[in-house]
Parts: sequence; C-alpha cells; structure tokens
Amino acid sequence: MYQTYCIVTAGTSEAGQILPLFNMSENAESPTEIQKEEPSTVPPPAENAGTNEEKKKIDILLKAVGDTPIMKTKKWAVERGRTVQSLSQFISRFLKLEPSEQLFIYVNQSFAPSPDQEVGVLFECFGSDGKLVLHYCKSQAWG
Amino acid sequence: MADDKDVLRDVWFGRIPTCFTLYQDEITEREAEPFYLLLPRVSYLTLVTDKVKKHFHKVMRQDDVEEMWFEYEGTPLKWHYPIGVLFDLHASNTALPWSITVHFKDFPERDLLHCPSNSVIEAHFMSCIKEADALKHKGQVVNEMQKKDHKQLWMGLQNDKFDQFWAMNRKLMEYPTEEGGFRYIPFRIYQTMSDRPFIQKLFRPVSPDGHAHTLGDLLKEMFPAAIPQDDEQKKYQVIIHGIEPMLETPIQWLSEHLSHPDNFLHISIIPAPSD
Repeated sequence: MYQTYCIVTAGTSEAGQILPLFNMSENAESPTEIQKEEPSTVPPPAENAGTNEEKKKIDILLKAVGDTPIMKTKKWAVERGRTVQSLSQFISRFLKLEPSEQLFIYVNQSFAPSPDQEVGVLFECFGSDGKLVLHYCKSQAWG
Repeated sequence: MADDKDVLRDVWFGRIPTCFTLYQDEITEREAEPFYLLLPRVSYLTLVTDKVKKHFHKVMRQDDVEEMWFEYEGTPLKWHYPIGVLFDLHASNTALPWSITVHFKDFPERDLLHCPSNSVIEAHFMSCIKEADALKHKGQVVNEMQKKDHKQLWMGLQNDKFDQFWAMNRKLMEYPTEEGGFRYIPFRIYQTMSDRPFIQKLFRPVSPDGHAHTLGDLLKEMFPAAIPQDDEQKKYQVIIHGIEPMLETPIQWLSEHLSHPDNFLHISIIPAPSD
C-alpha cells in the first residue's frame, strides 16, 4: 500500500464547478496545507470511498523518472476534470522547480498527453487496478 | 481493399478554402490585404500557415508582432486539433471560404497552447499516434518501429506525401484477423455545446457475441442524444471529415479509413441547422 494519501485540491468555484483551464493551479492550496487538512492515516481504498464527492476523484500514482526529484507523497486523489497542464503545474510547484524548468508527464511510459487533456479521460482509457500511473520527468524521457 | 484505398486518398487530400484576415486592431504600416489558402484538412493550422505569417509580417512593424494565433467568430482555434476538426466543429454549414481572423497580440493563454516551432507540433502528433496505438495494439506496433519510421510518419504529414505516410501508417492499421478489429477504437467526440475538451473512452470494435459495432452503437453509448428518434426532428449532426456517415457504418472500418493521420477518429457533434 501507499504510505500517504493526499488530495490535490483544485480551485473550485462557489458553485462547485471546476474552474477553467490554466486557472486552477493559481488557486491550488500548497501541499503542506493539504497534508494538514487530510490526516496522514491511510484512507480506505478508493473502491470503498463512500461519498459522491470522492467518486468524482480518481487516484493517480506519480513516479519520477531519471534524476527528477521524487515526491514523498506518490498517490493523489485528483478531480476527473482536472487537466494534465494543471496537474503538471501542481507537481512543478510541489517540487519547487524553477519557472524555466520544464516538466513532462507520460502515460504508459510511452506518450505525453496533450496539456489540455483531462486526467479523467486518461484514467478511463489507461488506468488499471483503480489508479492511473503517470511518470514525470524534467527532460524528455520517451519519444 | 482496392476501392477503400481511394477513400484514404480522398480523406488525405481534403482541402478547405480559407480567407485569412488580419484582426482590425492590429497596427500595420500599410493596409493588410486578406490572404487565401487551401488548407489540408488532416494537417495543423500552425504547420501550414508560414505564408500567412510572412504575408502579414510584411505590413507590420517588428515590434508589434508576437506569436501568431487564429480565431473564428470569437473562438480561438486550437492548433493542436486537426484543421478539419476545427472546421467541422465551428464552421460547418457556413459559406466558403472559411473566414479566419489572424492575431499577433493578446495570446489567449487560457484557450490555446503555445506553438513556438514545428517540433512542438511533431511531438504532439507523435504522442497522439502513440496514444492511439496504446488503444489499438497496447502500443506494440509503434514501439517496434524505429526512430526513422516515426520520422517517416511525421515527414509524410509535414510534406503532404500520401505514399510516404501510408507506407508506414498501414502497419498501425493491422490487426489479427480472428479478432475482427483493434483492441479498442481510438476516437474523440467533440461538441460545441460543452466546455469539456472531448469524450474519449474505451470502445471495442466487436461486441462480445461477435457483432461488428457501428457508429450508431458508439454514439448510443457515448452521446445518445445524437441518434434521432423516429418521431422527432434531427437535433444533431454527426460529422467526420465534413460528411455525415451512415450510423450503420462499422466503427472498425471508420477507424481504418476516416481516422486522421494521428490515428484518432475525430467525430464532431454539432446542432442541426434549423431551416
């Protein structure tokens, strides 16, 4: 199992709708705040997650490639409608990368999904065992 | 298969007559004449508009020029969608030529991805091919190709070389005969009525009892409202490469013949015109 389980809090509007592309990371809370908010106990597996709110989220497992720094928390619950770009910005901030540093995200260790693609779509098509595995890298790793 | 090869050619050589006009608020030193171009449906806007850029650069000061981007009736056009998809989605049922507005300022960061060079288009294109092959063959075909084979696919598209592209692409279209099709059909369904980029899910070309799934079967599962009921007027048009294929068409056949070079079957669903 995974040591910790965190929730990537995307910016949501008052109506509870997900904010448009590229805006979310600006509103995303910092990782430390998230961890305070979410107890560090291991939560129930996703299949048993009770509320509808939880069902809207998917589990993502983030793995570093090469010399890219690893994240202590590897497993995250992310809104389905969140984009690859916004997830990538979140990781960059988490790793405190310089603005000039690029971050590449890969599915199946083969292709880099388009930045405006929704993680929910990737989960539906390429998830397995109830989670989506994404590799991230500071330089181009595949292709 | 002999006849079907003509379909591949027709799809590849599909063109959209387009008139590019400079946005009215751009500052020019002389009057900017519109620029006309036949756009290949299967290509990407930023790949085939060097001439447009040069044409407008001539009448502008260097300082007033930033990254070029395109807009149609207020909608920024995403260069990373194939040109034909942009047209079908936003401009079907309008008069030709397609009238696109050209901007060199105020890049809409929220709506568009930057495209600083052709290598960005190439990376996007190859990524789509790999994603499609992950669905079709668990990525095995594209992974067994060599770097030069990948390059051949890209060069074929970039230089509009049908034979060069298809000599390689046909490998991506193969499947075991006994299975009757790909593992899953790489498709994307776009709608103008939604903020979501597109619908993409797992869909098999053949049902568990061996029936070939059709376009209608796909829509029934992904977008049931697109299938007209007996007693009501058609609400939506389902468009692929500018045509409305019959709903009875097998989805595997569509995937092999009406996919874009990125190996995805791009389907646009637009409100039916009320006449």
